[in-house]
Amino acid sequence: MREGEPLILWDWTFNHIPDIWHRVLEHMELTGIAVGIGLVLAFAMSLIIRQIPALYSPVTWLAGVLYAIPSLALFALLIPFTGLSIATAEIGLVSYTLLILVRNIVTGLRSVPPDVREAAVGMGYSQWQLLWRIELPLALVVIIAGIRVAVVSTVGLVTVTALIGQGGLGALINQGIQQFFATPLVIGAVLSIALAVVLDGALVIVQRQVTPWARRTA
Amino acid sequence: MTFLLQVVAWLTAPEHWAGSNGIPNRIGEHLLLSGLTVAVAVLIALPIGIWCGHTGRGGFLAINMANLGRALPSLALLALMLPLALSLKLGLGFWPTFFALVPLGIPPVLTNSYVAVREVDRDIVEAARGMGLREQQVLRQVELPIAAPLIIAGVRNAAVAIVATATLGALVAGGGLGRYIVDGLALQEYPRLFVGALLVALLSITVEVVFGALERVMVSAGIRVASDRADVQLQGRPR
Repeated sequence: MREGEPLILWDWTFNHIPDIWHRVLEHMELTGIAVGIGLVLAFAMSLIIRQIPALYSPVTWLAGVLYAIPSLALFALLIPFTGLSIATAEIGLVSYTLLILVRNIVTGLRSVPPDVREAAVGMGYSQWQLLWRIELPLALVVIIAGIRVAVVSTVGLVTVTALIGQGGLGALINQGIQQFFATPLVIGAVLSIALAVVLDGALVIVQRQVTPWARRTA
Repeated sequence: MTFLLQVVAWLTAPEHWAGSNGIPNRIGEHLLLSGLTVAVAVLIALPIGIWCGHTGRGGFLAINMANLGRALPSLALLALMLPLALSLKLGLGFWPTFFALVPLGIPPVLTNSYVAVREVDRDIVEAARGMGLREQQVLRQVELPIAAPLIIAGVRNAAVAIVATATLGALVAGGGLGRYIVDGLALQEYPRLFVGALLVALLSITVEVVFGALERVMVSAGIRVASDRADVQLQGRPR
């Protein structure tokens, strides 16, 4: 950014490896909290929707509206009430993941063929057994696909939470922009993309392990 | 309650409605940047997507663009474009943001237009050829009208993503509504921050709604049902 400055100063990079690693861990922590809480809430919501299917269309409508709101704007709308805190970041992040996950969990549960469901009921499965032993395992491929989208999206959104003071790799990007210094900016950007790709790949492996029957199609 | 009164006071102050930092000018900047970017992204992606779909070539590329688009964090992209724009001597603000936004718009348009054209029932296309339509006519009169809902959905996803991300342009000294959010954060002036966020959210939702309406106007009634089967993969995601 300064005249003749290379994109990456390797000296600076090697001297700051502990800081950079700390940012990676922060990034993973913020992502993990958001997806974890999102998954628990989404699962509960999906079970409610399973009982009351009419609730699904308001949820998808809300998802459409919320997705259109840029993350920085959503955080900014919360700041006057929850301040520059981790709560602001996580409320925003969880809302986004929640909607991705509910959509996929509900779609997954609904994709179980009625024949299969009837066969299970005919064999004497209770509602809980039907859910845990038949519907959830069959829905797992679609659910994990949803978790992949949620994780990859959240990794991207967490870079933005640095702007409201919550650390992560976005803090390196922000530092680079503020100080007009390319190295941290490039490192933050490249690592956040790499983190998304690595976590996505890891989930593909998990999905192949837990749903071996779907390997041909997935 | 006092906060909401502050917001209303900020919003109704005449000085916030005039000049280069006034609300109308900031909305204008936001729309100009977004509009130009969407146009360029569509000009690049639409012909490629339609060509791949029509000929059946390059499908692997077209589908994987969707995954690539999902993996690209918008702030990271902006960060990477800043040194590029500076090294090209294009300065801060508009150009780095423009370079970051175009790649965000390409994947949804390319993937949707490919899938849309490819998934047109092959029997219908064969019938059209059998009736003596030339390739050009097959594309214009058969494939494109049937593909329209998904193509417009792709442009809508691109437009919403671009309008949303244009907010970040303020970080690299760009204009647009992100200015209020970034300045509001820096100055700890929460009414300004809140109004900025509210306007950006409203603008993004408006774009979403306008494209929804456009979809209804531009799609022939006979194939309107087709737009309901949009794949989970092809839907938008938060920015």
